[in-house]
Amino acid sequence: MATLKDVKNKISGVKKTKQITKAMNMVAASRLRGAQGNMDAFRPYAAKFAEVLGSLAGKTGEEANPLLVPREDVKKIHVVLTTSDRGLCGGFNINLTDRAKRFLEEKTAEGDVDVSFTLFGKKGRDWARKKGLTIADEYLGVIGGTFDFSIAANSGRKLIDKFLDGEYDEVYIVYSEFVSAARQVPVMKQLLPIPPIEMAEDETEETDKPYLAEHIAEPSPAELLGELLPRSVFVQIYSALLETSTSEHAARMAAMNNATNACNDMLERLTLAYNKARQAAITAELMDIVGGAEALKG
Amino acid sequence: MAANIRLEVVTPEKYVVSEDAQIVVAPGTLGEFGVLSGHTPFLSTLKTGTIRYKDVNNVERCVFIGGGFAEALPDKVTVLAESAERRCDIDIERAKSALKRAQKRLEEARSKEDIEFARARAALERALERVKLAGSGSRGS
Repeated sequence: MATLKDVKNKISGVKKTKQITKAMNMVAASRLRGAQGNMDAFRPYAAKFAEVLGSLAGKTGEEANPLLVPREDVKKIHVVLTTSDRGLCGGFNINLTDRAKRFLEEKTAEGDVDVSFTLFGKKGRDWARKKGLTIADEYLGVIGGTFDFSIAANSGRKLIDKFLDGEYDEVYIVYSEFVSAARQVPVMKQLLPIPPIEMAEDETEETDKPYLAEHIAEPSPAELLGELLPRSVFVQIYSALLETSTSEHAARMAAMNNATNACNDMLERLTLAYNKARQAAITAELMDIVGGAEALKG
Repeated sequence: MAANIRLEVVTPEKYVVSEDAQIVVAPGTLGEFGVLSGHTPFLSTLKTGTIRYKDVNNVERCVFIGGGFAEALPDKVTVLAESAERRCDIDIERAKSALKRAQKRLEEARSKEDIEFARARAALERALERVKLAGSGSRGS
């Protein structure tokens, strides 16, 4: 049986843990607000972009741009995996790497393909290293921190160049979609070749007015599309980074909330045990005294 | 007087401008163009430069943009830019030091690959435009 002192030590330990988890919970909550703000700020841009791209794509032929053309023989697949840099966020990273792993297994089962990775976040990088996967690029300190559009543009530019050079036949991105503070879903999306454009707009923002007359485009629609398509890839990457960042904070907030609750439960149990032990000690002492007094009387 | 046209300048990070203007002049890749209310739908890429517009009080305002594209509709101009700042928001010290850096990089990159050169050049253009614009006057934005 645990002695009084043991229980007391345990209680103070759990209390300290609780303080930490509670603080982390609050930090995650405030970061989550910030990340959600970034997402909200990006939404008008993404919505407008999808709108313009959709209207433009209608005018130019499907095969107008090499970024749109699917490759017939897909041998080299590239996956952009976004994870967090830090742990203590529940199953967040496992969900993402599992999604990538499942994809990897599917593809390798189908046939002989090379799969390489671009990794955002330390957890994904460590996972890929441990599995001995081919790593083309890694970006640490992006997810969960502050980053701007240029990081998406730079990494996107690299992917596009390699895609056009034939180094990659298909490029996918794995990210965690932020559904709500309580729900984040790992999602896999095709980046390149760019899927048919109307698919690109899963932002179901309704425009109040239906599209007006045909646009005059300057330079030609095809050239304009050539400008916009790479940018649409950047937009996808940037939005994936934002979603993953936001999800990370939400996941950590939930995980830390659970941990704090678990601490509370444990404290309750321990306090009960402590009180019981104390009471038992007092009772034993009383018995002694009473026993002693009785003996003297005898 | 002609009706006003709504100008919206959006970057991935935030809304930079959202207000009514009498006229908007933007730097298209094929040349600068002006947009008034009632413009036919029009789409153009933009180069690094300055968007100038007259607000409802007839004050001319300037916004730096680092490339992007613009969509004009009869009642609205939307500019999607990768970076954009109002004139009053430009950090002149930062822009100047960026200018120096870009010039230096340009010198170094001249011998290297074309891509490096193009990148350094783009950085130079952005910095130059910011410095120019910030120095061009101090009233309003």
